[in-house]
Amino acid sequence: MFLSVKGLAKAFGELEVLKHIDLTIKKGNIVTIIGPSGSGKTTLLRCLNALEIPNKGVFSFEDGFTVDFEQKVSKNKIAELRRKSGMVFQAYHLFPHKTALENVTEGPIIVQKRTKQEVIPFAESLLQKVGLEDKMDLYPHQLSGGQQQRVGIARALAIQPELMLFDEPTSALDPELVGEVLKVIKDLAKEGWTMAIVTHELKFAEQVSDIVLFMENGYVVEQGPPEQVLKNPKEERTRQFIQRIINP
Amino acid sequence: MEHWRKSLRNGLGKMFPNNLLLTITGDMGGWELFKNSLWPMMLGGIKYTIPLTFISFIIGLTIALLVALMRLSNQKILTIPARIYVSAIRGTPLLVQLYIVFFGLGDIGLTIDPFPSAVIAFSLNVGAYASEIIRASILSVPKGQWEAAQTIGMSYSQALRRIILPQATRVSIPPLSNTFISLVKDTSLASLILVTELFRKAQEIAARTYDFMLLYVEAALLYWTICFLLSIVQDRIENRLDRHVSR
Repeated sequence: MFLSVKGLAKAFGELEVLKHIDLTIKKGNIVTIIGPSGSGKTTLLRCLNALEIPNKGVFSFEDGFTVDFEQKVSKNKIAELRRKSGMVFQAYHLFPHKTALENVTEGPIIVQKRTKQEVIPFAESLLQKVGLEDKMDLYPHQLSGGQQQRVGIARALAIQPELMLFDEPTSALDPELVGEVLKVIKDLAKEGWTMAIVTHELKFAEQVSDIVLFMENGYVVEQGPPEQVLKNPKEERTRQFIQRIINP
Repeated sequence: MEHWRKSLRNGLGKMFPNNLLLTITGDMGGWELFKNSLWPMMLGGIKYTIPLTFISFIIGLTIALLVALMRLSNQKILTIPARIYVSAIRGTPLLVQLYIVFFGLGDIGLTIDPFPSAVIAFSLNVGAYASEIIRASILSVPKGQWEAAQTIGMSYSQALRRIILPQATRVSIPPLSNTFISLVKDTSLASLILVTELFRKAQEIAARTYDFMLLYVEAALLYWTICFLLSIVQDRIENRLDRHVSR
């Protein structure tokens, strides 16, 4: 078990977005999170690396690191929690004043204080992995959406996280660019990365997931292997949601 | 080298003798007066107007960044003093601020020379106006940039220095240039606390010759020239900073 989350809750003022979430992610597993908009999937993902600070919930990692959000959590603990995961955003959020390569080296050099000589070949190999070896010196505005998102993936990989988080990584892309990003994620899956992915691409979820999690109204309604949740859901609400996506 | 410098000084000395101001009299023809007044005024500009502008602007920007960050924090103990400072400076005339620093502080026993007094007043003034510009330009950087910086492990100050401020700078250059150019012109107020800057020189000569029109138009032309040159520099900087942005 890589990570176990118990009793996670998050409210924005009066609005309870996550009511009570229990979740486990096994090492090397890929968990996809599906559900209607407003169901709390993105908030759940953002809580996993403390972009949103949960109101309640206990995170326990395999290595013994534990955070209980019911108590006051120190800055150092938040930093350690963030170190464990890399985040890929729906809107990429690349640094526009830095080249593709600089976007990737920024974390290792500035935050992790590794040397340039060591980081640059490493960053180049990551950009090669996402198929951008010939775009390293271009600035984000010179890249297509799919290329920008692949730089985003390389940037997240560069801090050497144990868990990769993807927040609707293809939702902002033109349809013909979706494939290139999904292919990169599938390659990472083959390499054995542990990942949590919020997505609307059910077919993709079916192909890569070990566990599919269906959320609605701040609860996990159903979770299990893709054959069960996507093909043969136990819950009526899951069935309705999947029907709506397949036959809009 | 030494020889070269000496002959340059002698040459300039002949062209622009030190006591030139005394040689200017009301009998001079218009063109001659214009020509003879040019160097004393330019000297006032070089010795006082320009240094006063640059020093005050740099100190002012430092204050402005600090105040902007105070206002953007969520600690009342920081935001309230910052708000009061900005409100007080924006709500009072620059001339009054200048008089408080020079005459006011002098009156209660804290005598400061004219030039440093002017630096203090102008810096505080620029600090308030520029802090609003810097605050707005920091807010103009999308929130996702802060988040992306956080997710690669950056601290607040790392994110600010490496990710946010470089992007905010681009946005802030046009309005900050406005502040800077206003400051060039506002330094003429320092003539009222005896700083012998460009406009003070014009006043001194005019007091001797009574050629008010000619001398004040001449001063205006000199300010215009300085501001024109500065706007060229502004264009250059903007072009440089825009190179990573698609339009």
